[in-house]
Amino acid sequence: MSRDTTGRQVHLAAHFPGVNNTTVWSDPAAGSHIDPDSFVRFAQTAERGKLDFLFLAEGLRLREHAGRTYDLDVVGRPDTFTILAALAGVTTHLGLTGTISSTFNEPYEVARQFATLDHLSEGRAAWNVVTSWDAFTGENFRRGGFLAADQRYDRARSFLETALELFDSWRGDEVLADKDTGRFLRAPGPGAFARHDAHFDVSGHTTVPRSPQGRPVVFQAGDSEEGRAFAAEHADAIFTRYATLEEGRPFYADVKARLAAFGRRRDDLLVLPAATFALGDTDAEAEEVAREVRRAQVSGATAIVFLEQVWNRDLSGYDPDGPLPDVDPVVGEQVMSQGRASVRQYRDPLATARAWRERAEAEGLSIRELMIEQTARQTFVGSPTTVADTIQHLVEAEASDGFILVPHLTPGGLDPFVDRVVPILQERGVHRTEYEGTTLRDNLGLRPVPAGGSSTTTAGASA
Amino acid sequence: MPADPLVPTKPLHLAVALDGAGWHPAAWREPAARPTELSSARYWTDLALEAEAGLLDLVTLEDAFRLQSTDRTDVVVGRLDAVLVAARLSLVTQHVGLVPSATATHTEPFHLSKAVATLDHASRGRAGVRVQVSLRPDEAAHLGRRPELTALVPGSTPDPALVEDVFDEARDWTEVVRRLWDSWEDDAEIRDTATGRFVDAAKLHAVDVDSPHFSVRGPSTTPRPPQGQPLVAALSHVPVAHRFVARSADLGFLTPHDADDARRLVTAVRAERQTQPAWPDGAGDQPLRLLGDVAVVLDERPGAAAERLARLDEAAGAPLAGTSDALVFAGTPAELADLALAWQEAGLDGLRLRPAVLPDDLHATTRGLVLELQRRGAFRTEYSERTLRERLGLARPANRYALTEAAR
Repeated sequence: MSRDTTGRQVHLAAHFPGVNNTTVWSDPAAGSHIDPDSFVRFAQTAERGKLDFLFLAEGLRLREHAGRTYDLDVVGRPDTFTILAALAGVTTHLGLTGTISSTFNEPYEVARQFATLDHLSEGRAAWNVVTSWDAFTGENFRRGGFLAADQRYDRARSFLETALELFDSWRGDEVLADKDTGRFLRAPGPGAFARHDAHFDVSGHTTVPRSPQGRPVVFQAGDSEEGRAFAAEHADAIFTRYATLEEGRPFYADVKARLAAFGRRRDDLLVLPAATFALGDTDAEAEEVAREVRRAQVSGATAIVFLEQVWNRDLSGYDPDGPLPDVDPVVGEQVMSQGRASVRQYRDPLATARAWRERAEAEGLSIRELMIEQTARQTFVGSPTTVADTIQHLVEAEASDGFILVPHLTPGGLDPFVDRVVPILQERGVHRTEYEGTTLRDNLGLRPVPAGGSSTTTAGASA
Repeated sequence: MPADPLVPTKPLHLAVALDGAGWHPAAWREPAARPTELSSARYWTDLALEAEAGLLDLVTLEDAFRLQSTDRTDVVVGRLDAVLVAARLSLVTQHVGLVPSATATHTEPFHLSKAVATLDHASRGRAGVRVQVSLRPDEAAHLGRRPELTALVPGSTPDPALVEDVFDEARDWTEVVRRLWDSWEDDAEIRDTATGRFVDAAKLHAVDVDSPHFSVRGPSTTPRPPQGQPLVAALSHVPVAHRFVARSADLGFLTPHDADDARRLVTAVRAERQTQPAWPDGAGDQPLRLLGDVAVVLDERPGAAAERLARLDEAAGAPLAGTSDALVFAGTPAELADLALAWQEAGLDGLRLRPAVLPDDLHATTRGLVLELQRRGAFRTEYSERTLRERLGLARPANRYALTEAAR
């Protein structure tokens, strides 16, 4: 890769290792995923690398497999808002992105939590809005989990629009705090709002004064048609899984093309795929590291569980080092696996099974080998230079605006990337050496949100 | 008054209740007040560090799902989410307990349980939660989920049956929160590389609470916190709330107006405690700490505090004593020390002070009252306990689910 490129800036962020098999807990270097020290270490490493933000996923019910708590992966996590607010105290520039469900919360509470986080971090809060309608998770909440499929995005949209109205309900000039005259407020009753629609019937006053960013940066995850439309209208960034040139470019082009219809510019929405990585001194050494990590990520037992998610039946009698089952998947309601987003990827289990069998036979793969190939291949494998080249190329080619890095180790997994790849990208002038601004919005290159208005509507077009 | 330097038979506990610019409506106009910083982390950090410098047991953080006023321009209006403020303080303080307020009526017990558990993890065992209920139509309209509460007439006295229902719900809410804290046994995480199992699934427990207002399955998504059970606190003025404290709390805040009143209230709440079921179905057999709430204006110079209170009252246009649920005390640290020891004699475990003005009356507490009490041998001279429960002399409760297992 030559250095005389157009120098499109690469946005990099760090996903705290999650509760799935990407995270390798069996490694002697693996630490606690609950202890605050792990989060402090991880966040400060990200900040040392001048990354844009820390990203936390969320799950609101422990996953189950075959009727019991799934025990092969990391289990348990801290509360998202609480840990992000704590980290605001030990970081200065790093964005703090929390995945918060629009299903199992109310807009008033979520809006005041994010506005509070934005104050407490001086403008570094971001919200990854997710929608989940499984009755399984709903069993932990007042509302429960049921909503007809055609209403889900409708409610999610209404939830976000209500929250945006709440964020905008304070303009920012309400507080005078004039000690001499005794006037604290310019006028009584700030923060007035009202929303009455099919999903919410709420009105009154918000309690949190306008926060430094006006509202959190909004992320959308999910690539359905509704999700893309939702993102084009409302989101500042999309969290996707299309991290390759082949998948990334069409996705990127598609969502960017949708923005104009909402009066938005192409750079009002960032496309940020998740990316795993394995580094070595040489490409060959990195391949070796990557192979070892994949074997740790997909044990024989894990491989059988993956297969059971598609087959939807007990396959515990099969040898993970042997061939794929000759029985067919059970089509219908998922009975083996509960609480996993990945299950929904297999919309046609018979076709998936057929394709996997064909591949296993053609390449001579055992169950475990196949599952490693299907689920665990890292996005970036190579020497630091190779990985930097790849990242730079993908961003230049408009396959993405950058990446949300998903290390496989807690809490040290980000260190090699920050120590070895980031300096190369900095030297090439495509990754910052100092933060541009103080807010996350500044550092993502997003325009400020005008007081009392929305950057995603007509107000933004004239800015 | 026991002003002699006696060695106290039991330790005195001091909490400070942080709210806005202080508890006096005119507090924000004082020279040292920082009314433009009430939404900043720096402000709350400074206050918490001051409380910690004064070796106080804990700080509580007020909160509510409503503005302090919708019709006045001369009082502080606007506030942050208290749980997040406490979280923001967790890594920048080392000793002081962190007890944010939460409203049971309008929140998901699952969310609050893991939030307070996480606050406990982050603070290494210094977390609690002050549980409150809401019977206000404006708060209900903000959340939009309780039409029977939204329909209440503002300022009217609600139907006693509705009040009972809201407190019953808070009892069930707290039960869910507590069970979720226990839903992971302490040794559930095994990281057994030989079998590939990260947890022992047999040590994770469903909580299965069915209340008229919610049902929660569990287990929690957050492992058991360091204290096992973070502190549950509540403020109580009336019998229905006394029952909630007696049934569900580790720490109660009462509002006596003198020592006799304190004795009467403590007797009533402790008697109610004894009628409650034993752990783990209730807290009936568990130790209960009771603090007396006092709004304080403190000054070393005799008469100066009363003058300052009069000036504040005049600025506010009405005396604080006319609206405060708690006693309003204006005097010297030595006089407040007398009161603290007299109320302790009456059965309270200490005081929760509501500084009339921040930071002035917090400073007068941490630098005046604390020194005075230390001089009398009545207050700690260093933090020696690791967790908030230990500081309050409350044992780490056994896990209810592990207990059940052991009984088999």
